[in-house]
Amino acid sequence: MISTAPKPVSPRATARSMYLLHHLLAPNAGYRRLAAWLEARPRLRRVFTAAEKEVKQELFGCQMCAQCALPSTGYACPMTCPKQLRNGPCGGVGADGSCEVYPAMRCVWLVAFERADRQGRSGDLLRLQRPIDHRLWGQSSWLNYWQGRDSNMWADADGRAAAS
Amino acid sequence: MTTFRTTLESGAFTVTAEIGPPRGADAEAIGRKVTPLRDWVAAVNITDNQGASVRLSSWAGSLLAMAAGVEPIMQLTCRDRNRIALQSELLGASAMGIPNVLVMTGDHPKFGDHASAKPVFDLDSVQLLWAARTMRDERRLLSGRALDPAPGWFLGAVENPSAPPAGFRAPRLGKKVAAGAQFVQTQYVFDVGGFRQWMSEVRDLGLHERCYILAGVGPISSLRALGHLERGVPGVQVPDAVARRLRGVPADRVAEEGISICAETISELRQIPGLAGVHVMAVGAEHRIPLILQRAGVRPLHDPRPAAEGAAAARAAVAGGG
Repeated sequence: MISTAPKPVSPRATARSMYLLHHLLAPNAGYRRLAAWLEARPRLRRVFTAAEKEVKQELFGCQMCAQCALPSTGYACPMTCPKQLRNGPCGGVGADGSCEVYPAMRCVWLVAFERADRQGRSGDLLRLQRPIDHRLWGQSSWLNYWQGRDSNMWADADGRAAAS
Repeated sequence: MTTFRTTLESGAFTVTAEIGPPRGADAEAIGRKVTPLRDWVAAVNITDNQGASVRLSSWAGSLLAMAAGVEPIMQLTCRDRNRIALQSELLGASAMGIPNVLVMTGDHPKFGDHASAKPVFDLDSVQLLWAARTMRDERRLLSGRALDPAPGWFLGAVENPSAPPAGFRAPRLGKKVAAGAQFVQTQYVFDVGGFRQWMSEVRDLGLHERCYILAGVGPISSLRALGHLERGVPGVQVPDAVARRLRGVPADRVAEEGISICAETISELRQIPGLAGVHVMAVGAEHRIPLILQRAGVRPLHDPRPAAEGAAAARAAVAGGG
């Protein structure tokens, strides 16, 4: 499941529409109930997870890390960075914006910065993203999100970061 | 050994140098490279399989530098180790008295001598800095388990001011400072104007007051090295003006011209407010670092005398010896 050679993917959905959708999908009692109901039914949960994978792979090149960083990155997936960096671009970005590993492709963090910046959201990229939990690969990040299990994914970078 | 930290804290213009460990089980190579630098640099970076090519390990290289009387900055990359190995390595470094650790993401294996290797990148550089600071200051591992005693290194990071996205390079340093970076060394600076702009953004964010900033410099010693820097090193850009100067001199003068350019760059950089020093990367030409520093007007580390007096004493010593 863990991809060792991801390639940068430029999203196929506008950042603006995704911020709007995010707003509509924000956790509430209804979504929490829906998530709990799905999680109690393994077959439905598998179908739901497969549908999520299908949609997010098509739109963002989703790798199914289950700890979705998209809302912090202008909806460009950092797990498609060949180094899977969660906190910004490496120092090897070419002068033309190319990825150092796949020079024909644009650095996904450059795409993330531009998309977030255009929506006035570049400050999101300053969040300190914690290391991911490799046990969760393949799970549904939507269910994790609605159940509040990913609420500790990052800390604000104001001064010293909050302890985990 | 805390020469590096005390030199920075004294406000003196601080110089570090990059030392690549040997490809071989050679215990002498590091000593040979660092001994001529003893009076000139506050510390030497011992690289961690630089360029993703196998070399003697950076912790062993750091101990060899200490044995030769030069303080090491142990580099540690996220490329080859997961979070278990990284934290273990950090504990080992502190226990062995290695006073400085510099953490970075690391070059992708694609660029090295084992392109078929599995890239690890379990943590990124910000996460590793954060983990290291938590280990030291809160005595906890990433897992939350307690550490006793806590390690005690001076923590460093890297940044590349000239890589895109331009608007995010200073804020990205801010992330590293928030995560725990106490000093930062940059990728090669050949374009002083661009670096000056980045430094002004760094000062606007107040980062120079929370983190010592050392600009990366280095002599280009041949046209082959120039070609390699232009094409083979990710994130490095050599401005046309520099390339023209090097290509404009006879082949046997290129190395000399490279040293002049490097010394001039250091002199210019010294004028930038908020800059703590330079990190000299002279791969294969480490022995020429004192000459570069002399030309740039940087005084030796252990020479408390004013420059003129020092020069007079040196002349007297030469006359006496003759």
